[in-house]
Amino acid sequence: MPSFIKAINSQVGRKVMTGITGIGLMLFLIGHIAGNLTIFGAPDAFNIYTKTLADLGPLLYVIEAGLAFFFLYHTILGVSIWRSRRKARPEGYKKYQTKGGPSHQSLASKSMIYTGSIILVFLVLHIIHFKFGADYATMIDGVEARDLRRLVIEEFQKTWIVVGYVGVLSLVILHLSHGFWSAFTSLSMKSKEASKKIQMASYAFAIVIMLLFIFIPLYIYFTGGEGSLISY
Amino acid sequence: MTIHLKYWKQDGPDVPGHFEEYTLNTVNEHMSFLEMLDVLNEELQLEGKDPVEFDYDCREGICGSCNLVINGQAHGPKAKVACCQLHMRNYKNGDKITIEPPRAAAFPIIKDLVVNRGAFDRIIEAGGYVSVKTGSAQEANAIPIEKEKSDAAFDYATCIGCGACVAACPNASASLFTGAKLAHLNHVPQGEVERSNRVVAMVDQMKEEGFGDCSNFAECEAVCPVGISISAIAEMRRDYMKAMFS
Repeated sequence: MPSFIKAINSQVGRKVMTGITGIGLMLFLIGHIAGNLTIFGAPDAFNIYTKTLADLGPLLYVIEAGLAFFFLYHTILGVSIWRSRRKARPEGYKKYQTKGGPSHQSLASKSMIYTGSIILVFLVLHIIHFKFGADYATMIDGVEARDLRRLVIEEFQKTWIVVGYVGVLSLVILHLSHGFWSAFTSLSMKSKEASKKIQMASYAFAIVIMLLFIFIPLYIYFTGGEGSLISY
Repeated sequence: MTIHLKYWKQDGPDVPGHFEEYTLNTVNEHMSFLEMLDVLNEELQLEGKDPVEFDYDCREGICGSCNLVINGQAHGPKAKVACCQLHMRNYKNGDKITIEPPRAAAFPIIKDLVVNRGAFDRIIEAGGYVSVKTGSAQEANAIPIEKEKSDAAFDYATCIGCGACVAACPNASASLFTGAKLAHLNHVPQGEVERSNRVVAMVDQMKEEGFGDCSNFAECEAVCPVGISISAIAEMRRDYMKAMFS
């Protein structure tokens, strides 16, 4: 019986952990988009949502640390697995092409390291942009709270911000369209039928969740923050 | 027909190699790919040149000796075909064909297109066997095995160990080979006893030999001449995780 440390550092364990952290991050994305969509709710809904998170206090730090750990672990494993190939094949082929058929070599699978790297840089900028962005104040039920909604609506009226967000989110679609399937494959999905269904689910998940994410900046941009979906 | 060949020449493991080119005008569509290389070597020898070394044995797709990378694809363009069974009718007059050896740190080149696949033997030695008492071994048919399980074991056992999976994997991972060699034993009662130790030992050896990590590209399944599915890799992962708790 291998020890836990040995197991997670084995070639099997590294991939399994990449899958587990990946699934964790996908669950986070579902929570994230659910929260974002409250911007289309009652005028206070979005700020109540962000205030509820902020009011978690120390628990929020624990959740943030957990998320940061998942992101970092996922990144470290991804980079390490990608780097292992140079060691395993120091001299490459003059000519190389996929044989197709059951192969999953695609733009998405081959660019995981690049889309992942861009997402990581985006993540840092995204946190600086909103979490540490302008601190407007508002009142919720007579209590002062941060008006993050105002910041979001203001920022998404800037062309370069919207172009940047939509651009990076399109790369997330690519990353997820392979990542979702790959995560379940790493967790030992065996049957061919299940594999095909999971690949379909992978595309569906990537497209649906990202369309929801992209909809918010595009809607605010093209309606100037005054569309009927946003109530004041 | 005329075929323009470009092939890897390397005199030994530690000397740098290079590509050489040769145009063959006497190729006919009924030749197998290896027969075409035989003709190349005859012509080279008649010209007083060094022939191109390549691995082969049975030439009927069951031994796993041949594993050329042809135009960037292990065993060439056809699915579920070893390159000894690939025929020149798959090519057109005037085609250019690049032939390379499987590239992997764990498969050092011996000469030209011949590589040392001893790393596979060492993975098998690490655990790809069942321990039986010889001499007093019981009648194998006395152990009942479900048809489904024996069929699955047989499917995995068809792995001929050619190394195309490693050659085609962008990471040079040996996961499909190792998975198949584990799975064909694990589906039968004889293999059950040593199941946990086997998976840990073989996965460790795979890393020890310098093969890369699996990234789920599934290119291995696409090039496997006997069509081993990546479900073999899933079996390996399941067994490894189960071994952690055994």
